[in-house]
Amino acid sequence: MGFWTIRGTITQQRYWILATVGLLLPLIGWSTLSATGIVNPVFLPGPLSVLKRVGTWYTNDELLADIAISTMRVVAGWALSALIALPLGLFIGTYRSVQALLEPLTDFIRYMPAVAFIPLVMLWIGIDEGAKIGIIFIGTFFQMVLMVAEDVRRVPMAQIEAAQTMGASRLEIIELVIIPSVKPGLVDTLRITMGWAWTYLVVAELVAANSGLGYAIIKAQRFLQTDKIFCGIILIGLIGLAMDQTFRLMHRKAFPWLYLRS
Amino acid sequence: MSTAVQCKGVWKTFGNGPRALTALQDINLSVEEGEFITLVGASGCGKSTLLRTIAGIETQSAGEITVDGAPISGPDVDRAMVFQNYSLYPWLTVIGNIKFTRQLAAHTRDRTSADVEVAAGRAEALLAVMGLTAVADAYPNQLSGGMQQRVAIARALMSRPRILLMDEPFGALDAQTREVMHDLILHVSQLELCTVIFVTHDVEEAIYLGRRVVLMAPRPGRVDTVYPVPLALERSQPMKHQTVFLELKLALLERIRSTSGMKTDLDLLQKLSRTSAQD
Repeated sequence: MGFWTIRGTITQQRYWILATVGLLLPLIGWSTLSATGIVNPVFLPGPLSVLKRVGTWYTNDELLADIAISTMRVVAGWALSALIALPLGLFIGTYRSVQALLEPLTDFIRYMPAVAFIPLVMLWIGIDEGAKIGIIFIGTFFQMVLMVAEDVRRVPMAQIEAAQTMGASRLEIIELVIIPSVKPGLVDTLRITMGWAWTYLVVAELVAANSGLGYAIIKAQRFLQTDKIFCGIILIGLIGLAMDQTFRLMHRKAFPWLYLRS
Repeated sequence: MSTAVQCKGVWKTFGNGPRALTALQDINLSVEEGEFITLVGASGCGKSTLLRTIAGIETQSAGEITVDGAPISGPDVDRAMVFQNYSLYPWLTVIGNIKFTRQLAAHTRDRTSADVEVAAGRAEALLAVMGLTAVADAYPNQLSGGMQQRVAIARALMSRPRILLMDEPFGALDAQTREVMHDLILHVSQLELCTVIFVTHDVEEAIYLGRRVVLMAPRPGRVDTVYPVPLALERSQPMKHQTVFLELKLALLERIRSTSGMKTDLDLLQKLSRTSAQD
């Protein structure tokens, strides 16, 4: 149970203590750094002024509406990706011929920078909500397809062959073996890609936006409101963290057999 | 007795051109109804490939495999297979795994409600026979390797297959568990009256379980010799110490060594140890 045991286990208590320390240390460092006044507050605003900015943002500047619209954009772009990536990834991961047809193309596109698509997206979709969702979609979709395909390929061959020898049809194998087997992996993939979708928010809100957390950050940059930039970044982090934890909780509830010990 | 499975001139090659690999070369083999036959041989001898071809999950490149005289085309419910591991469905409980076939059209077609009841009773009976009643509602990853293989066997037997194909099913188990499983599978196969084709790399296991032992040789994979096992049909652990058992074991081991092409060069070994001693 030592501190440096390779892959050792630690008690629940120690886990929470360490996690708290890990979160508090940077906060304390940040507080001291800004309190001592070594750094100009324009470069590094203190935690208190950031906190105060949350208040004024809430009272004067529609904080909740910004959070709502940004969350909507991220979730919509991500959900649209999932809607197409899940069935497509299932096909790529199940059939070698579909893999040969689509995987090299997907690999090629996923290296293209999503930001560079902004002018094209504006040209093709316009500058409405669709454009912002489109950018998040481009940033998320191609990675997601490949991850879903990889999840599907990781279904043990023995599980599939066992079903074959029990007389399962092709459709039954997909429905009764591959899909239930891959589900936990898919929830993890959806959780991870949700995180990526959030990282594309600021980019998406570069497109003619007049609301949203990403837009607020871009605007604050123009007025050198560093505290507001901090505020926006931290809020995005917190919302992402909350969503991540929700996914983890869902994973535990939906797939109890993965968390059992004999 | 009639022939349950017959392989007639079965060939299997993987790949093509100069890099093609002949996994099975002209396999001719008949397995009698109700027989327990074991396939043994050095790695790469094609014993697993042969089993998988009989199961229908691999397709032979040439030749024919018949079950009760009818040529097979792909997997079917009359031939169930037990794999070495990772074949159970971790999201289903033990009883859920055993009843898996009941969701499949191949098993529910033309079924009456009476049949469904019989099937439910059969699942319970299999749990009891395999000693799984107490863990019926557990998930596979809560069970030991031995218990997991009991579930895999019960699941394979659920649809009353005529032929049970087993691909090194006890290969990952410890020696004690394996002995228990040996007596269990012998008992169950007699109870179920099914024909068993059992692949193993363990010579002792092959003799103890088999009525005949088929020794295969590698590169290219082929049937080398078929040994009838001169033991009473009713097997028991002390038989492993009988002279006939040990003689057959020695003969098989010797033959496997000479066919494997990986003979230890004793002269070279001595020369090497001499030079290292001088250093």
